[in-house]
Amino acid sequence: MKILVAVKRVVDYNVKVRVKADNSGVDLANVKMSMNPFCEIAVEESVRLKELSIKEGRVATEIVVVSVGPSTAQEQLRTALALGADRAILVESAEDLTSLAVAKLLKAVVDKEQPQLVILGKQAIDSDNNQTGQMLAALSGYGQGTFASKVEVSGDTVAVTREIDGGAQTVSLKLPAIVTTDLRLNEPRYASLPNIMKAKKKPLEVLTPDALGVSTASTNKTVKVEAPAARSAGIKVKSVAELVEKLKNEAKVL
Amino acid sequence: MTILVIAEHDNKVVAPATLNTVAAAVKIGGDIHVLVAGQGVGAVAEAAAKIAGVAKVLVADNAAYAHQLPENVAPLVAELGKGYSHILAAATSNGKNILPRVAAQLDVDQISEIISVESADTFKRPIYAGNAIATVQSNAAVKVITVRATGFDPVAAEGGSAAVEAVAAAHDAGTSSFVGEELAKSDRPELTAAKIVVSGGRGMQNGDNFKHLYALADKLGAAVGASRAAVDAGFVPNDMQVGQTGKIVAPQLYIAVGISGAIQHLAGMKDSKVIVAINKDEEAPIFQVADYGLVADLFEAIPELEKLV
Repeated sequence: MKILVAVKRVVDYNVKVRVKADNSGVDLANVKMSMNPFCEIAVEESVRLKELSIKEGRVATEIVVVSVGPSTAQEQLRTALALGADRAILVESAEDLTSLAVAKLLKAVVDKEQPQLVILGKQAIDSDNNQTGQMLAALSGYGQGTFASKVEVSGDTVAVTREIDGGAQTVSLKLPAIVTTDLRLNEPRYASLPNIMKAKKKPLEVLTPDALGVSTASTNKTVKVEAPAARSAGIKVKSVAELVEKLKNEAKVL
Repeated sequence: MTILVIAEHDNKVVAPATLNTVAAAVKIGGDIHVLVAGQGVGAVAEAAAKIAGVAKVLVADNAAYAHQLPENVAPLVAELGKGYSHILAAATSNGKNILPRVAAQLDVDQISEIISVESADTFKRPIYAGNAIATVQSNAAVKVITVRATGFDPVAAEGGSAAVEAVAAAHDAGTSSFVGEELAKSDRPELTAAKIVVSGGRGMQNGDNFKHLYALADKLGAAVGASRAAVDAGFVPNDMQVGQTGKIVAPQLYIAVGISGAIQHLAGMKDSKVIVAINKDEEAPIFQVADYGLVADLFEAIPELEKLV
């Protein structure tokens, strides 16, 4: 079984971002970048599925990791290789692409690689779109298991337990299928130094949207990016009694 | 302009988020149609027809739509949606699951989790965990949008008298099937719709200690939420998580107990009207957004608060 994992290079989750003065976007110059946390979970899951299939004596899985983004996204692909992916593909594009454009590029890679399972994060922590996996599933005509907290492959199906608003739901999908990861799917491992060194020798192929024959034109345009309205500073109260008094008489919410 | 709103429901009742989504449609302007797709949804369709401002209710009642599997529902919405200017759904787990699939089938970009309508083609939405607000314009023939419920005051659930029309189209992709579900049961108000929310974090130390918050919540008629730390530590189930990747709430009063206030958590609650923080660490970032902060041991403060309210 071949697994394709998509990863995105995003601003590190600990960084408090700043909006540019000209309102054209968020200032990403000299900001720490990392692999999107949900993508790390996707990589981890693929590695676990491979380890499981080796343990159970089945044909070992090949893990192909793919990123759509600037050439610097090679760093995140190398990280994924150090975590256990076998080879990497970068679809290089300097522009900021929409989820639909990324899904179309991933569809072209899916057509080329013919994976049985595609794992993505449920959302990127920069755009917060939560769209790409669903769009890729639609374009491929595959079933989708979004917001997965458990993934079990058996034969030619995959059972996915999904986090939904009221609790959890399990669906069964025919392979090939698309899965997007939620936080509780697993706890990603750290890459060891020897594995980071080995990852440097693993193959990394660079493609372009043109070479894949995909148009990345968009129907959306970002007009402006602004800082959210700031909350005015509050006060510290000394006792529970004072807090209740304030909530009743000043804020009038009790 | 005619707008199609996808009803959020469980085959029995219309979820409150549908009313907020219709409110967003009202702001866009034009006729509003509501699609109810499911199985045995007669009561849902009747309730949807009463929603104020709705002109027509389309009912797709079919076994294939019973659990609203996106593989089956998305082709239905895409097919019906071609004749509309906008397709809207609430940004619930269902809406997020189905709508991007619809957008891809219509070959348009989607706009996720809008918090305001600037005009019929321009919308505002939060990005970077709510640390920036993007204004996005769409030139798509059909604008596909999910709506953050807390951004819009709900329309009235009663007062409308829309015509109800059956839709015959049945799509069964055959690529997925429903196996089962496990829903958390609670007598407290629903987290995303509650007027008051009491949330606990890592400071609660264990799941058993959440009983203090439940007692307080029951006295206030509040819902109980949690930070990711509390969920990951196994104190409470994950459907209680408030944050960028959990639920987004904007109650009248949000009481954060033993929560430090990480970016991820703030993204889910910073639009609350009044925020109260109870934490023994006076340096905790939560105090920077709290209207009222109390530096105290929560195990003393919470029982006392319960007595006084």
